[in-house]
Amino acid sequence: MTTIDRHIPDRLDSPLRSALFSWEALLVLVAVAIFIVNSLASPYFLNAWSISDLTFNFVEKGLIALAMALLIIAGEIDLSVAAIIALASTAMGMAMQAGLDTPGLVIVGLAVGLACGAFNGLLVTRLGLPSIVVTIGTMSLFRGIAFIVLGDEAYRGYPQSFAYFGQGYVWWVVSFEIVLFAVMAVVFWFLLHRTVFGRTVFTIGNNPVAAAFSGIRVERVKFILFCLTGLMAGVASVLLTSRLGSTRPSIAQGYELEVITMVVLGGVSILGGSGSIVGVVLAAVIMGLVTFGLGLLNVPGIVMSIAIGMLLITVIALPILWQRLKKARTV
Amino acid sequence: MSLMKKLFAAAAMTAAVFAMPASAADMKIALVVKSLGNGFFDAAHKGALEAAEEIGGVEVIYTGPTSATAEGQIEIVNSLIAQQVDAIAISANDPDALVPALKKAMSRGIKVVSWDSGVAPEGRQVHLNPSDTDLIGETIIKLAADYLPEGGDVAILSASSTATNQNAWIEAAKKVLPEKFPDINLVATVYGDDDAVKSTNEAKGLIASYPDLKAIIAPTTVGVVAAAQVVTDEDLIGKINVTGLALPSEFKQFIDNGASQAVALWNPIDLGYSAVYLAHDLATGATAEPGATLSIGRVGEVTLDDTNAAAMAPPFQFDKSNIEEFSKIY
Repeated sequence: MTTIDRHIPDRLDSPLRSALFSWEALLVLVAVAIFIVNSLASPYFLNAWSISDLTFNFVEKGLIALAMALLIIAGEIDLSVAAIIALASTAMGMAMQAGLDTPGLVIVGLAVGLACGAFNGLLVTRLGLPSIVVTIGTMSLFRGIAFIVLGDEAYRGYPQSFAYFGQGYVWWVVSFEIVLFAVMAVVFWFLLHRTVFGRTVFTIGNNPVAAAFSGIRVERVKFILFCLTGLMAGVASVLLTSRLGSTRPSIAQGYELEVITMVVLGGVSILGGSGSIVGVVLAAVIMGLVTFGLGLLNVPGIVMSIAIGMLLITVIALPILWQRLKKARTV
Repeated sequence: MSLMKKLFAAAAMTAAVFAMPASAADMKIALVVKSLGNGFFDAAHKGALEAAEEIGGVEVIYTGPTSATAEGQIEIVNSLIAQQVDAIAISANDPDALVPALKKAMSRGIKVVSWDSGVAPEGRQVHLNPSDTDLIGETIIKLAADYLPEGGDVAILSASSTATNQNAWIEAAKKVLPEKFPDINLVATVYGDDDAVKSTNEAKGLIASYPDLKAIIAPTTVGVVAAAQVVTDEDLIGKINVTGLALPSEFKQFIDNGASQAVALWNPIDLGYSAVYLAHDLATGATAEPGATLSIGRVGEVTLDDTNAAAMAPPFQFDKSNIEEFSKIY
């Protein structure tokens, strides 16, 4: 009789090793590298106000990316977020003209965002339509309503106190926007990585059928995620409207693709099932660093888009190449 | 063509920035445009460089977003604030949304001029309009009168009868007629609604109704092309001169074939030139207040109105001598 005398480890890599070779570690490396390059390339970069101004380049999109990450992990997507910003902003403009003050405006903005998200969620979960189709449709619908209401006009004259959300500072160079982003990042990290709800999101993304058989109410979770994404678009709308001090129907044009770029760059699988909030936060910061750094060098916008595209491809291709190399070595 | 060119330009620019980290120029003026890759603004850049060279010690930073959005311009303004430029001259994508960002720039000591597309008064110190109503009104008559030494009948082919701009220009034109152009006889004003077909029909109607017609003045880019086409088709070149406000690139063929002696429009080169001059004036201590007179170099000087806005010059004239050059620009 032989006894099996083999040590079976809990995990193949040590925690330290897996942390070192994780996606997040790679992103930290990229962020640090860009930070150093920026400091060397421009004498104006290392300045408290510059770095504070830099955060405005990514905070509003980053807030939506936090919720979008959960949605994409669950295997769905929302392309209408920028249009939700436009519609929520238009609604706030109407509310302002009706005489509402700052608290009322914020409630209107958030409520419209939530309602738009719920509308997307209902179409996807109740009618069983693919989310990419639904949200391409609502993208035109929401922005279309904003255009019908405003045409080539604009809402201006928001109350002075309303300007605080997008232009105010909590302390010295620390803006309200960045504080809100930090708080929401922690909230979403906790929700995704430390709650049962977060685990169900991963389960649904990996295998919705198995999730349903495990007793998870798949449709309800998805509906909640759409609502959450709409709500965060409402939050972004409040911040952006406050920062611009006015509403035009073309507000936040093209934001949806930048949000999705952040999520994918953050290591969330576009096919669903995996990803982390830390990665998304790092990706948002990297996008801000790159755009602001290139801006300081007065690099034209089209080159900036190319740089972001290259960054995305490189960061995504790198680990895959790394895996291939590792495989080739072991075989 | 332009993508590769821009890539190279960007690479060269980046290299230049690396090569000389400290400022080579004493003053940095940013020319922010609605979007890059637009011939009109590239021409303005040309004028800006000309002004910078003339003034001396001025570095022009030519920049703008890829797509014409206010958000893109705000990111650019933020990076210009960080670079501590001395002045920003901007053609804004949105008169309101840029106000907070530009206010921030002004609060950090940066002078702000808007040009072409203006910003609300609280978001800038001076706004430069390409021209103004009286200057345009006088110019459109002068364009016809210059080629009618003995005077004669002229008619106006306008846009729609409710077009605010055109109506104001025509009113201004009628005002200067008796004193400055006594021999010019304005026989009719018709409306082509900025529609190619309707403008063509109205032009044909004018020619049929007024056999002695010497010139058709169309202060609209659609009407002027339609009228010139009618004159060409009906073999009236040399008998009727078509003039007005026209885009050089659209209108070049009618200058070439003689249907028109000259037309006019805003000159983007002068606009960029003047915007940089104004920015320089402010950055060197000139105060922007209603009634103040500021220099814009070779273009002359401007006087600020109640809202600190100014009109640059009469529309710029295009004829056989320069249409070739400008038709490539816009």
